[in-house]
Amino acid sequence: MTINLTLLVLMGVMLAVGIYLMLERSLTRVVLGIILLSNGVNLLLLQTGGRAGRAPLVQDGIDAQEYFDPLPQALLLTAIVIAFALVAFMLALIYRSWVLARQDEVTDDEEDRRVAQAVGAYDPEEDAEVDTETSEFSDPSPDSASDLPPVISPAEHFRGHNDEPEEDR
Amino acid sequence: MEIDIIEFVPLAVLLPLFGAAFTFAFYRNRATQRAIAIGTLIITALLQIVLLSEVWTGGAYAVNLAGWPAPYGIAMVIDRLSALVLVISSIITLAVLLYAVGQGAAEERDDAGPVSIFFPTYLILVAGISNAFLAGDLFNLYVGFEIFLTASYVLLTMGGGEARIRAGVTYVVVSILSSMLFLITIGLIYAATGTVNLADIALKVSELDPGMQLMLHVLLLVAFGIKAAVFPLAFWLPDSYPTAPAPVTAVFAGLLTKVGIYAMIRTETLLFPGDRINTGLMIVAALTMIVGILGALAQTDIKRMLSFTLISHIGYLVFGLALSSIAGMAATIYYVAHHITIQTTLFLVTGLIERRAGTANVDRLGGLAKISPLLGILFFIPAMNLAGIPPFSGFLGKMGIMQGGIAENTWITWTLVTASVVTSLLTLLAVSRIWSRGFWRRAEDVEDCEPILQQKTLAHTRAANKRLLPASMVLPTATLVTMSLAFTVLAGPLMDFSRTAAQDLYERTPYLEAVLGEGRIDSVREDLHEFTLDNMIDVDTGDDGAAEFAPVETSLQPESEDPEPGGDQ
Repeated sequence: MTINLTLLVLMGVMLAVGIYLMLERSLTRVVLGIILLSNGVNLLLLQTGGRAGRAPLVQDGIDAQEYFDPLPQALLLTAIVIAFALVAFMLALIYRSWVLARQDEVTDDEEDRRVAQAVGAYDPEEDAEVDTETSEFSDPSPDSASDLPPVISPAEHFRGHNDEPEEDR
Repeated sequence: MEIDIIEFVPLAVLLPLFGAAFTFAFYRNRATQRAIAIGTLIITALLQIVLLSEVWTGGAYAVNLAGWPAPYGIAMVIDRLSALVLVISSIITLAVLLYAVGQGAAEERDDAGPVSIFFPTYLILVAGISNAFLAGDLFNLYVGFEIFLTASYVLLTMGGGEARIRAGVTYVVVSILSSMLFLITIGLIYAATGTVNLADIALKVSELDPGMQLMLHVLLLVAFGIKAAVFPLAFWLPDSYPTAPAPVTAVFAGLLTKVGIYAMIRTETLLFPGDRINTGLMIVAALTMIVGILGALAQTDIKRMLSFTLISHIGYLVFGLALSSIAGMAATIYYVAHHITIQTTLFLVTGLIERRAGTANVDRLGGLAKISPLLGILFFIPAMNLAGIPPFSGFLGKMGIMQGGIAENTWITWTLVTASVVTSLLTLLAVSRIWSRGFWRRAEDVEDCEPILQQKTLAHTRAANKRLLPASMVLPTATLVTMSLAFTVLAGPLMDFSRTAAQDLYERTPYLEAVLGEGRIDSVREDLHEFTLDNMIDVDTGDDGAAEFAPVETSLQPESEDPEPGGDQ
C-alpha cells in the first residue's frame, strides 16, 4: 500500500498537538485538542484507502486497480459527523460550566477529596490545590490573574464546600 | 417461516429510533410521550424475546441490510450471546423506564426544560445499545457505541446542575478519547485487512504478521477496556455515574459497561482467538477486582460504593473471558446476565433509599429496616446476591468462573481464584456495612441523622412511606429483584444455554457461516477446526474439569467428542 508522506506527517503532528492540548486543565484547550485529534484520526482513515486514484464511478475499460477505494471516505464522512456533534456538545458543556462556576477548567471531585481526607490519605505535598493556571500559555499580567479564582489552601477548600447545603455533612 | 422472523432483527434498533422521533414530535404532551416510550420498549422487548426463542435452537443468523451480501454490505448478526444480552437489556431498560416514569410523576408535574428530552434520549440510548449488540461490522459497532454514548452524555448532564456538568465533562472527554482510539484501530484494521466486516476480518487477520495482530488486538482491547471500566482505565466511572439521577445511573451501571464487555468477548473469541495475552488479561482482571473493591470499602455514599463494586465485578468477567475455555466463557455469559440485572436493581433501590431518607450517605442513615421493611428486603436480596451468597445467582456465576480457573490449574489462575474469593468476601463486607449501618442501627444512635428518619409515631412513618415510596417506583424495582431470583431458579436452562453460546463463540463456524455463507466457510472449515483445537487445548481440560463439578448437569457433549453440535442447524 502506498501512503502519502505529507498526509502522514500532518496526521502525526495533529495527533501529537491534539493529545498535548487534551492533557491541559483548561476546557477550551481540551476542546481544541479533541478537534485536532478527531481530524487527525479522519486523516488516518482517509489514508487507509491507499494511493489516490480515479473517482469510483464505474466506466468501461478501466482496470479495477485504478479506482480509489470509496469505503474509507464513507467511514470518514460518518466520523466527521459524529465528531462534529460531539464538539458541539462539548462546547455547550463548557459554556454551561463557565456560566455556573466561572471556571474554564476541570474541577476536583469534592467527594474524592472528602474520602481522601477521611481515610488520612491526604498528603499536603501531593494533593494540595495546584495553582489554577498550570499552562505555560498563561498571561502573567495582573488583570488576568484577578479573573481567576483565588488560590486557597486545601483546608479552606474543604471548609468552603462543606458549607454548601448540597454537601452531606 | 424462520427467515421471516429473522428479517425483523433490524427492528430491534429501528423501533426505539422511531419511538424517539415520535416522542420528540409530541414534546408538549408528556402523557403521550410516556405512552409512546413505554409502548415502544414493550414491543421491542417482545420482538427480542421472539428472536431469542428463534436463536435458542437455531444458532446464529445474519441479516444483510439492503440486500448487499456480507463483506460489502452492512450485516446485522444475532447469535446466542447477542440474543441473550439483548433480551436482558430490553427488560432492564423497560423496568428502569417504568421506575423513571413513577419518579417523574411523583416529583415534577411538568418538565422544567424547554423540551422534554428524557424519553427521546432514553429511547436513542436503547437503540444504540441494541445496535452495538447486533453489529456484524466493526464500523457499525463504533456507530452503535457513539449513538448510546451521545445519548448517555445528554442523560448524564440532564438539568445542567454544577455537579452534573463537572462529572459530565470528565465522562465526555474520556469517552471521546476511547472512541478515537477505537476509530484509529478500525482504520488500522482496514488498512491491514481491507475489510471492516467482523467475520471477514476473522478469516483474514490470521494471515497478518503476528506482531501486527498483537498490536491491533491490544488496541481494540484498550478501547473497549475504557468503556468496560477495566482497572487502570476505570478512574472515570466512580466520578461520573453517581451524580446522575437514579434511573439514569441504574441503566448506565447495568448496561453501558457490559456493552464494553460484550465487545471484548467478540474481540477475544471471533477476531483474535488464542491465548497470547491471557496472562496479561488475568493480571488486569485481578487488579480490577482488588482495587475496585478496596475503593468501595472507603466510600460512605452508597451510590459511589456501588460504582466501585461495579468496577470490581467487571474483573470477574475479564477473568472468565481470559480463561479461553468453554467452562469459563459459559460462566462469564451467565454472570453478564446476572450482573446487568443486579447492578441495575441495586442502583434503583439506592434511588428509593435516597428518596425515603433524603440522602444516600450511610453516615446519616439509620433504622431503615424498621421504617420500611419492604425497602429492607429490596436492598438485602440483591446485596447478598452481589456478594455471592448461595443460593443466589451471583454465587453460581462466580462459582462457574472459579471452576473454570481451577480446571485450568496454572499459578496465574489459582492467583485469580484467590483474588475472586477475597473480592467476594470484601464485597460482602462492603454491603453488610451498609446494611448494618443504614438499616439495622437505630435512628436515635446516628450522630446527625436525617430528621425524616426520626418520626415519633408509626402513623407518621407510614404516611411518609406512602408519600415517598410510591408503588409506581417500588413495583419495577421489585420486578427486577424477582428477575434476579429467577436467575437462580432457571440456572439450569440458562447455564446450558450459556454453554452452547460459549461453544458457538469458540467454534466460530456458526457465526462465520451465518455471515459469509456456507460456501466460503467450507473451504476453510478444516483450518478453523484445527485452529480451535490447537489453541483451545485447555478448552477440553476446562470442560472436563467443569463437567465433574458442574452445578448443572448439561446434556451437551464435551467439545472433543462432537466438535459442532450446535453449529449445523
